[in-house]
Amino acid sequence: MYTLFKIELYKIFKRPRTYIAFAAMTMLIGIIQVGLKSDGKEYIDFVLAEFSKTFSIDGTICNGYFVCYSILNLLLVHVPLLIALIAADMISGESNMGTLRLLLSKPISRTQFILAKFFAATTYTIMLLIWIAILALFLSMFIFGTDDLFLVKNNYAVQLKENDIFWRYIGAFFFAALAMVTVAALGFFLSQFADNSIGPIVATISVILVLTILSTMSIPLFNTIKPYVFTTHMVAWKEFFDVKVNADNETIQGSIQYPENIVRSSIVLLSHIVLFVSASIYFFRKKDILS
Amino acid sequence: MESVIQVENLTKQFSNGFTAVKNLSFTVPKGKVYGFLGQNGAGKSTTMRMLLTLIAPTAGNITFFGKPLNENRKYVLQNVGALIEKPDVYKYLSAYENLKLFAALSGVKKNKAQLYSQLEVVGLLPRVDDKVKNFSQGMKQRLGIAIALVHNPEVVILDEPTNGLDPQGIADIRNLIINLSEEHKKTVIVSSHLLNEIEQMASSILIVDNGKKVIEGLKEELFDPAQTIVHVETNNDESTIKILQASQWSVALQPDASGKVKLQLHRNSIPDLYKFLANQDIQVFALKPIHSLEDYFLKVTQHVHTI
Repeated sequence: MYTLFKIELYKIFKRPRTYIAFAAMTMLIGIIQVGLKSDGKEYIDFVLAEFSKTFSIDGTICNGYFVCYSILNLLLVHVPLLIALIAADMISGESNMGTLRLLLSKPISRTQFILAKFFAATTYTIMLLIWIAILALFLSMFIFGTDDLFLVKNNYAVQLKENDIFWRYIGAFFFAALAMVTVAALGFFLSQFADNSIGPIVATISVILVLTILSTMSIPLFNTIKPYVFTTHMVAWKEFFDVKVNADNETIQGSIQYPENIVRSSIVLLSHIVLFVSASIYFFRKKDILS
Repeated sequence: MESVIQVENLTKQFSNGFTAVKNLSFTVPKGKVYGFLGQNGAGKSTTMRMLLTLIAPTAGNITFFGKPLNENRKYVLQNVGALIEKPDVYKYLSAYENLKLFAALSGVKKNKAQLYSQLEVVGLLPRVDDKVKNFSQGMKQRLGIAIALVHNPEVVILDEPTNGLDPQGIADIRNLIINLSEEHKKTVIVSSHLLNEIEQMASSILIVDNGKKVIEGLKEELFDPAQTIVHVETNNDESTIKILQASQWSVALQPDASGKVKLQLHRNSIPDLYKFLANQDIQVFALKPIHSLEDYFLKVTQHVHTI
């Protein structure tokens, strides 16, 4: 199993396609950082226009933590598209190349084969998120420095103390990894039903788009299914940046306002991963290899 | 004769209702080259895929080394090497990287020198570090064979192994297959559309048509040696035919629209025919038993006389 896993990783990182996602993320994050470095003040003034009338805001608002939050807010919606490029190609790509029949005529069990491929896709997903964390968090901290994090939510603002932020990003990245692995599991599941990569990649992206739209629409018919749809829970990383306040309306350091939301979302996402991988094993064990 | 593979009443019906293989039974003897013949769509590849567990049979039993395949899949596949249809490998990897990868998947650890030596056997040593995407079809075919043999299997299953090869490549692969059987005592199942290749390599032959067995047996049992067709190339065909008509060979002489010299006789009589022609001062350039397997194959598949 470990040998299989190593071989799958070896194949993933030998393919030029693998690095498209890393290059895309590097470029996008770089563009945002350059933009905020040159015109960050204008951007902050625009974002805080309403609050500036009421509050006097001191300090460096456009700091590394703020930049990282802005990047994650913008990019985490699009990362699933890049994950789908690899995950949805894991089996269909082998089928398309004709290597699936050669692989499965070797003394390896189909269950081990599926698990090794899924763990390799998971490793790729996590490595992509680590890369995003390095660029979005650590590089931003280096370029913009650190200070308190001031976030404007729908109808309120949150100010997090500088020493109460870093662990929240660690938590947010862990949660984002779980959400992205769910996307990988979906792509992986769809991957076995086609003999070329395009179908499963487009299908994965389509499913995410449709479910994301359903998750954001406030229609009673959809509201009943929303809690069970994984896309509803993919944005729960933001919960790490909501804090409890005391009777004087001061933030309580080290607190999360609704930790139960994170737990519930994690359970839903984990359930989806287990479901997709189990279904992949079930169907793949019965599949006739005709490619 | 000891057998390595026994197949009994193998049937495969796909979900669309098409039955690719129907009650197919055959036995592959140990240490021999077993030729698998059939027209396109006859069920050869489906049968080979079932032997490798790539396709699940609808019915029937497959036994390797006396053990049921479905209960001993891992053990069986550790001892079987295969090349099915096209030699598809990872195009973004080199020949060496592909071989190393499939050696690991086959459960064997081989060092660089051993893998290089394996690639040398199939003539790929000069291109060992080149990406496969730059390989010709013939080179991919050779790499596919190296992969099939990398774990030194007892049984080798090769589906159309000479596809895409030039004449020298075909001869090399033929010699390699014969060598695997004669020198290394491996059992080789080989399918090919090149009937004369099978004729030169195989000691036993199975012919399938429409998913059913037409006939199976030792090559010498399948062909009646008394019915061998011999083509004779001489300096003067017209004169040769006249001389043969006036001799004891007249009964063997076959009509030929193009005026060529053609006889049907016992294979053992060919040396006597040559002596006779030489004594008549006829210059014999070639004396060939031609396409005997092809003739036989066409005869048995066109009659659709299945058993």
